Amino acid sequence: MHFTINGTVHEAEPDIRASLLDVLREHVGLTGTKKGCDRGQCGACTILVNGRRINSCLTLAVMHQDDDILTIEGIGSADNLHPLQAAFVKHDGYQCGYCTPGQICSAVGMLDEVKKGWASHVSADLDSVTLDGPEISERMSGNLCRCSAYPNIVDAISEVAGA
Amino acid sequence: MAEFKMDADHPGIAMDRGVQGVLGVGLDRSEGALKVSGTARYGYEHRVEGDVAYGYLITAPAAKGTVTGFDADAARALPGVIDVMLDDPRIPRQAAAFGPAHAGNDAIDHWDQVVGVAIAESFEAARAAAKAVVVHVEREQGQFDTMANIAHANPPPRDSRLQDVAKGDIDAAMAAAHAAGGVTIDQVYTTPNQVHAAMEPHASVAVWDGDQLTLHSSLQILAVAKPMLAKAIGITADKVRILSPYIGGGFGSKMLGPEAVLAAIAAQKIGRPVKIAMARAQLFHNIYRRTDTNQRIRLAADKDGKLLGLAHDSVVSQCPDGGFMEPVALGSLALYDAPVRQFTHKVVTLDMVMAGAVRAPGEAVGTLALETAIDEIAEALGRDPIDFRKLNEPAVDPLTGAPFSTRALVECLDQGAEAFGWAKRSPTPGQRREGEWLIGMGVAAAVRINLLVDSEARVTLKPDGRALVETDMTDIGTGTYTILAQIAGEALGLPMESIDVVLGDTDLPPGAGSGGSFGAASAGSSVALACEDVVAVLAERMDAKPEDMTLKDGHAVAGNRRVPLGDLVGAEALVGKGKISQGSNAKTFSQAAHGAQFAEVAVNVVTGETRVRRMLGVFEAGRILNAKLARSQAIGGMIWGIGYALMEDAVLDQRYGQFVNHDLGEYHIPAHADVPPLDVLFIEKIDRHANPIGVKGLGELSISGAGAAVTNAIYNACGVRARDFPLTLDKVLAGLPEI
Repeated sequence: MHFTINGTVHEAEPDIRASLLDVLREHVGLTGTKKGCDRGQCGACTILVNGRRINSCLTLAVMHQDDDILTIEGIGSADNLHPLQAAFVKHDGYQCGYCTPGQICSAVGMLDEVKKGWASHVSADLDSVTLDGPEISERMSGNLCRCSAYPNIVDAISEVAGA
Repeated sequence: MAEFKMDADHPGIAMDRGVQGVLGVGLDRSEGALKVSGTARYGYEHRVEGDVAYGYLITAPAAKGTVTGFDADAARALPGVIDVMLDDPRIPRQAAAFGPAHAGNDAIDHWDQVVGVAIAESFEAARAAAKAVVVHVEREQGQFDTMANIAHANPPPRDSRLQDVAKGDIDAAMAAAHAAGGVTIDQVYTTPNQVHAAMEPHASVAVWDGDQLTLHSSLQILAVAKPMLAKAIGITADKVRILSPYIGGGFGSKMLGPEAVLAAIAAQKIGRPVKIAMARAQLFHNIYRRTDTNQRIRLAADKDGKLLGLAHDSVVSQCPDGGFMEPVALGSLALYDAPVRQFTHKVVTLDMVMAGAVRAPGEAVGTLALETAIDEIAEALGRDPIDFRKLNEPAVDPLTGAPFSTRALVECLDQGAEAFGWAKRSPTPGQRREGEWLIGMGVAAAVRINLLVDSEARVTLKPDGRALVETDMTDIGTGTYTILAQIAGEALGLPMESIDVVLGDTDLPPGAGSGGSFGAASAGSSVALACEDVVAVLAERMDAKPEDMTLKDGHAVAGNRRVPLGDLVGAEALVGKGKISQGSNAKTFSQAAHGAQFAEVAVNVVTGETRVRRMLGVFEAGRILNAKLARSQAIGGMIWGIGYALMEDAVLDQRYGQFVNHDLGEYHIPAHADVPPLDVLFIEKIDRHANPIGVKGLGELSISGAGAAVTNAIYNACGVRARDFPLTLDKVLAGLPEI
């Protein structure tokens, strides 16, 4: 089978039991996507598949024939940071850094959802969403951070969203 | 080697004279770009030479009993399986804490105990093999209930940090308070089992080269982990190298996980590198927990609000031979003045995973109880809780009589009250309502003892004028890479981009490691001392005394000369070594960091749900090395306080001894939506008595008192008092008034 990862087509013969997360980390060698719980509860493995954010630990690699996969490595590199990555550095939106790639991928997907006008549980107006702090916090709640950099993460995302 | 023992204050270091202007500044984390781009490599991610095999832990489905046998043939026959190891006597039963864990799989002493490891060509095959092994156990009934076993409790272990203390007679103080028209509080507060829940699971890659073992892992204190690992696998420590450059959260949990030992013995047996990560549920049961606590607090005050007596008596649990005791009353020892003082602990032995260190052992849970009781007695006296605390502020350590090294609790309370708008709080609960929500404010004191441990570092100034800082100190997200560069930069007069910091490698000088909030003080002091060596040589070459020489922007200035550092170094790099160790100052001065925590909450009158609206922490933790990173650590601790107040609870199944909520979906830690904007203020007092760089611990201070501030705010909002933590909405709902 094959899928596109960060713009490059990859051929793969994954074990049918292998999660997309494990294939990315162990076979493709992209270890930027993290394994925290392996059961879709922490969000550290968040990536974008066909533009949507998903927990890559909760999906089997064999389900992704022809899919377009974007991981943290495809969002920006250490010497060419995406604006969200730069904002995380500026606002110290992390400490240990383990949940960080998932937070950033999740934020990329989340901002796109807002752009499409999707409302959330806390949206006051379902037809016109204003991306304030509570709205960001609600939409990012699938990404846990035990160092608890949450306020800084919200600041980082707010800066990019407002730009 | 510039060695210094804290038997006296240091007479003065180059860092203090520095004019580079990098120290204290809120600079970005120096490894930031690696972390946000996913290129920082954590334990499981290190690429090694050779054909790596995967391991998966095999565990037993019982809490107590004897292993009578295994059915492993089916597992061994699965495709891709290399080996199923069940008979190695070195198999550790759980994580090592302060010594290696018990080994061998003949007996079961806690639920989900490690009994072996499956090794395969892939993670999927190893996991399938591990799950296919049937472990036969002759089960025995275990004991899982702390208070049901109180009759068999033990006193504090002999080597415990905290022994029982009784100064005066607390019963007499309580009676005297009553007789004089004063007020007393006698309440029991409970806290549940809690876990670290670091985002990165314990993970290791083991590689053998002949008789030499290299372990890539995520460990907090390498100088402790190295001899423990060597002992656990039966080799000498000089044959072990551990690398741990990035750690995905530790909070006390990453001393030496069972997967490290298993990876080492499996790799030794199959002659290939082996990598193992623990599954999340395995972490809950095989990495030591924070014990549940049962805390009786007695306070006696005269009618003017002066404390006459304070007793904090705790019951905690531990596994057989666990050693460690949660020092619950640690923060209570010197927080308030009272002539009569009693602090005791009882340890109940249970058939559970070991109890060990979780962020701020002692204060994190001790302040939940004490600071609630203080709120209760202040209310009973009709006094503002801040005024009550100030009234009972001790001039010297009330237990030992030693002067405080630095202490600014009163300033923290005052500045916090001003900044938070404390004056707007109604002293009577339930007075402020906004629609469905009752609003309240709470306050609590924060305290954390200050520690210093042996730490060494090497600083090399190279011919090109760049400096290299090396120590096996670790960065668990605390900012070590950044602050050590700031210290060296200030001492040597170098901009940040001229300094490289290499950490987390046991081939480097042994550092403090990360734990007990001693990392920055200890490792930072060793780096500052190492710079003393370098500065002394530079001064000699400038024909000046070190104190008459200015170092800035890579140049030395003395007399009328300004010389690039590289020119002074010449062809051969200058190597400085520093070593700090604790001394008599630890006894001469009572050392602790302090703070004041403020919270405003809204409690829903219909559902009992609590929303934290805002928090403010005001902290005095000595010198602040990096304003941005210090703030981040502080908000992190305060958010742990939200978790301890409202949600964290590892629920034990009393029938079988397993944690029923052994995952991150059911063991609730604060998520984005639980956290409001938080403010942090620092009152900077450079603590010369604590260590040469004047730093005190911060990471654990910030959790201390934070939870009680939240629950005291809930009381102020709706009149429901927290005595059984966490204060979940069902408990709030039961106490809410009729709508």
